[in-house]
Amino acid sequence: MHAIRAEGLIKRYGGTTALEGVDLEVPVGKVVGILGPNGAGKTTTVRILATLLRPDGGRAEVGGHDVVRDPVRVRSLIGLTGQDASVDEDLSAVENLVLLGRLLNLSKRQARARASELLERFELAEAAGRPIATLSGGMRRRLDLAASLVGRPRILLLDEPTTGLDPHTRNELWAVVRELVADGTTVLLTTQHLEEADQLADRVTVVDRGKVAAEGRPGELKRRIGGQILHVRPTLRGDLDAATRILAELTGTTPARDENTGLLSAPADDPMLVSALVRRLEQAAIPADELGLRLPSLDEVFLALTATSERNAA
Amino acid sequence: MSTPVQDLQHSLVLAGRGVAKLRRSPVRLVDVILTPVVFLLMFVYLFGGAIAGGDLDAYLRAIVPGIMVMTVFQAGIGIGVSLNADARTGVFDRFRSMPVARSAPLIGAVLAGLVRSLVSLAVLLGLALVMGYRMHTGPLAALAGIGLLLAFGLSFAWLSVYVGMLVKTPGSVIGLMTILILPLTFASNVFVPSQTMPGWLRTWSDVNPVSLMSDAMRGLLNGGPVAGSLLGALAWMAGAIAVFFPLAMRSYRRNAS
Repeated sequence: MHAIRAEGLIKRYGGTTALEGVDLEVPVGKVVGILGPNGAGKTTTVRILATLLRPDGGRAEVGGHDVVRDPVRVRSLIGLTGQDASVDEDLSAVENLVLLGRLLNLSKRQARARASELLERFELAEAAGRPIATLSGGMRRRLDLAASLVGRPRILLLDEPTTGLDPHTRNELWAVVRELVADGTTVLLTTQHLEEADQLADRVTVVDRGKVAAEGRPGELKRRIGGQILHVRPTLRGDLDAATRILAELTGTTPARDENTGLLSAPADDPMLVSALVRRLEQAAIPADELGLRLPSLDEVFLALTATSERNAA
Repeated sequence: MSTPVQDLQHSLVLAGRGVAKLRRSPVRLVDVILTPVVFLLMFVYLFGGAIAGGDLDAYLRAIVPGIMVMTVFQAGIGIGVSLNADARTGVFDRFRSMPVARSAPLIGAVLAGLVRSLVSLAVLLGLALVMGYRMHTGPLAALAGIGLLLAFGLSFAWLSVYVGMLVKTPGSVIGLMTILILPLTFASNVFVPSQTMPGWLRTWSDVNPVSLMSDAMRGLLNGGPVAGSLLGALAWMAGAIAVFFPLAMRSYRRNAS
């Protein structure tokens, strides 16, 4: 069962093509991340799914309803938190939420009850009556999210929900998203940050220049660019050059060298390399603080994947 | 699916939002209330003596109906401003991603504009009464006048909607609307009788919708002929709707779907 399914979405703006055939699947109750740099087509995809834009080609279903043929049904299922401020700055937090409740056909009393419930849940109760302009960035973002939850949507579309937030506030928002998912909400989120996708998403679709560059579980994507990373940090800075030579010999590549932390790393496909490295370091009497194999970070994966699609495009 | 009754309710809820904003942000209130008040005080006490040759009561009678017409125009600017602000922030997107009729935000903004007009008119009339203005016709004529003013405001509201959907920022809406409204409000017989104007200006002033509407309002509130100027004003209202309503709807749809 899919909450969202899109096939071959195409969107053009004048001469430029924003989407060149994007496929996307979001299973019910799961979190899927769309990962990509600025201008990759993330927001365009979300806006099509939210019935704000008509695709020029392809088709998309949300909750089983076609976004072009049956937009009204789609709208009754989704909650959207966009990148822009989507609350009325001239009203207070509680007035904003009550307004949305009234637009969703709640009675005045029901709308007020729902508003205070959400304000409580998002720890905004003390700011309920304050003008929006006096809220902190984190409170604003929580209110944006609360605003998209008034109608208890089964499917939540979050467009870069944590852009511009400090790490603490970002973690808070992540916790809220995890709670919603635990309650059975399906979430599609876009992000430029691999860490965010890694933290929240069950599956990740990597988009670049309007095309899907890769799709899979975060762990699968990491493995897909091949092997693991062998890394070592010599205890003494004086040993860096000698250790670099050893690592280069063993892996047959030029190791990456972080001058700040003294960390050396190189791709390695043979797990036996770890014991070989230990032996060689022992022979050379080089002590190390850190040594091992790890999966590449999503940042490394992302750069590798988008570099590939760039080469294919050229 | 939303029913027509729900659509109407949504429009009313959104109109209520426009009115709540008026209470919340005193700046808007100043715009709606201060403008007619300043014009009334300035023209009666500062220029009135010079224009009317000392007969301030006669001058008050002449300009109160005219400033009422101006006020309705002024209050209409806010319709475009609020629609523009909603379209340029994410507020419109929020409404459009909800099961709410596309027309509801537009109808809501226009209705809120009419409420703003009524607030302005009430303040203006209150001050005019304090300054010694008296109506010389019955309450029915006064009610007809208010209704006519609202219809006038509603006809020209589409210009404000059109401009609001056309330009980039709420500030530019105010700027552009002010420039468009200026020749209508000042090159008219609101403050000075058109007999004193040079021929070319007088020609314009005599057919200007604000002049015609002011004359009709003078007749309805002070007594006197109404029919001729009212017909002219109605023709302008029909023309404004014929020209600006389709333009407004087209640009609104482009922004809202």
